[in-house]
Amino acid sequence: MTVRKPYVRPMASWWRRNPFFMRYMLRELTAPFVAIYALILLVGLVSLSQGEAAYNTWLSALTHPASIVLHWLLLVAITYHAITLWQVIPKTMPPVKLAGRALPERAVTVFGCLATLAVSIAAFLLVKLL
Amino acid sequence: MAETRTIEMEVLRYHPESDSAPRFQSYQVPFTPDMSVLQGLQYIKDHLDGSLTFRWSCRMAICGSCGHMVNGVPQLSCHTFLRDYFPAKVRVEPLNHFPILRDLAIDQTDFLTKLESIKPYIIPAEDKPVESGEFLQTPAQLDRFYQFSQCINCLLCYAACPQYGLNSDFIGPGAMALLHRYNADSRDGGRAERMPLVNEEEGVWSCTLVGYCSEVCPKGVNPANAVNQNKVNSALDYFFRFLMPKGGTR
Amino acid sequence: MTRKRSNAPVFWALFGAGGALAALLGPVLVFITGIVTPVGIWMPQSALSYDRLLAFSQHWAGKAALFVIVSLFFWHAAHRILHSLHDVGIHIHAGMAAKLLCYGSALLGTVIAAAALLAIGF
Repeated sequence: MTVRKPYVRPMASWWRRNPFFMRYMLRELTAPFVAIYALILLVGLVSLSQGEAAYNTWLSALTHPASIVLHWLLLVAITYHAITLWQVIPKTMPPVKLAGRALPERAVTVFGCLATLAVSIAAFLLVKLL
Repeated sequence: MAETRTIEMEVLRYHPESDSAPRFQSYQVPFTPDMSVLQGLQYIKDHLDGSLTFRWSCRMAICGSCGHMVNGVPQLSCHTFLRDYFPAKVRVEPLNHFPILRDLAIDQTDFLTKLESIKPYIIPAEDKPVESGEFLQTPAQLDRFYQFSQCINCLLCYAACPQYGLNSDFIGPGAMALLHRYNADSRDGGRAERMPLVNEEEGVWSCTLVGYCSEVCPKGVNPANAVNQNKVNSALDYFFRFLMPKGGTR
Repeated sequence: MTRKRSNAPVFWALFGAGGALAALLGPVLVFITGIVTPVGIWMPQSALSYDRLLAFSQHWAGKAALFVIVSLFFWHAAHRILHSLHDVGIHIHAGMAAKLLCYGSALLGTVIAAAALLAIGF
C-alpha cells in the first residue's frame, strides 16, 4: 500500500538554525542604520535650505551626547556593511584572471576594503584641508 | 586492528501511514574509523531497524543521492564520517526545504521540473552536420563553464537556501548554476530561450545572496556566483533590451 | 507558458549603487559629520559651518554629490529592508504593502532631497 502525504517542515526562525544564517541576518540588519543616517543627512539638507538658524539647530543637535553615541553605532554598522559588501562582491562577478590564474575571492575582498580605506582617508583630508 | 566504538545516531522518522508529524528515533551504532554516516544508516537498516528509508547509490560522492542534514548541515552522507562527530551524537534529517515523503526520503519533483525547464543541453546556434567536424573550444572557453558542469543534482544547495525554503517557486541555486553552464558554453545558442527564466521574479531575483549554497556544494560548484552573474545579465537584458538585436545581451 | 519579466533590475541597480557608495563613503561620512566635527577633535567645527555647506551645495558638483548620496542610501536601505521583511515572514498577505512602504519611503526621501537642493539654489 502506498500512502503519499508529503510533510512540509515550517520555516519559522530559520535564521537561528545556523551561524551562517545569523551572520547573514546581521548583514541585512545594517540597512536600517544606513536609512537612519540618510534621514539625518536629509534633515540637514532641509535645514540648510531653510537658512542659517535652522541649519545651526541641526548642527548643534549633532553635538548632543546621544547623537554622538548614535553615530558611533552607525559607524560600526556601516563599517560592517562595507566589509560584508566586499565579502559578497566576488560572488557577483565573473572570475577574475591574473596571469592565467583565478584570483581568490579573498583577494577581491581585501582589495575592496583597501579601496574603502583609501577613499576614507582621501575624503577626510579633503574636508579637513580644503 | 580498527577499533570499534559506539555512537548515538538520531534519525528523523516519518511514516505517512501512521505519523502525523516527523519524530526523532535514536540508535546505538557500532562504527569503525572508516565508516561514513551513510554506512551508519545502512547498519541501522541491516541490523537494527529494517523500516528505515533513505536514498543512496554510489557511496563515493558522485551520484548525489545521499544528501541529508547532518547535525543541521547539508552533507552527502557518504562523504561525512561518524568519527568526526564521536563522542557526541549525530543527528540525521532529510534535506531541508523539501517535503518529506518517508523518513529521510524527500520529494525532488519540484527540482526535476525546474531542471527540465532550463533546457539542460546544448542548443546549437546553427545546424552543424557531423561531416563538418567537431565543435572546437579553447581552454579559456571551457574554463567559463567547467565548474558549473560539475553539478551532480544532489540538492544540498537547495537545502542551504532559505529563499527556496521561504518560496519554493524560486528556481534555486542548482538549476540556475546549470542554466549558466549552458549559457556560458561557446557551443550553445540557447541563451534567448533561457533568459525569460532568469528574468522572472522567481528567476534570479528571489536570491538575496545568502551565499550558503556555494559553501555546502560538495563538488566545488559556485551556484551563488551563477545566480548573481545572471542578475547582472538580467539587468543588462532589462535596460538594453530595446537596443539589442532579438535575444538580448550576450 | 509565458514568463513575466520582473522589474527588480530597477530597484536592484539602485540598491547596488547605494550599497557600493555606502561601503566606500558611509563610514568616513558618519565619522566626519557625526563624531569628529561635533566633538571638535581632529576636525574643526567650522568644517561643517553654514557658509561652507551652503557654498558646497550651491555648486553643481556638490549638489549632485549630496543628492546621489542621500537618495541612493535610501534606495539601498529600502530594498534590503523589504527583503528582510520577506525573510522574517512578512510577505504572504502584506507583500504589496511592504513594497509600497519601503520603496515609497525611498522615493519620498529622494523627492525631499531634490526639493531641498533646488530650494538652496545655484
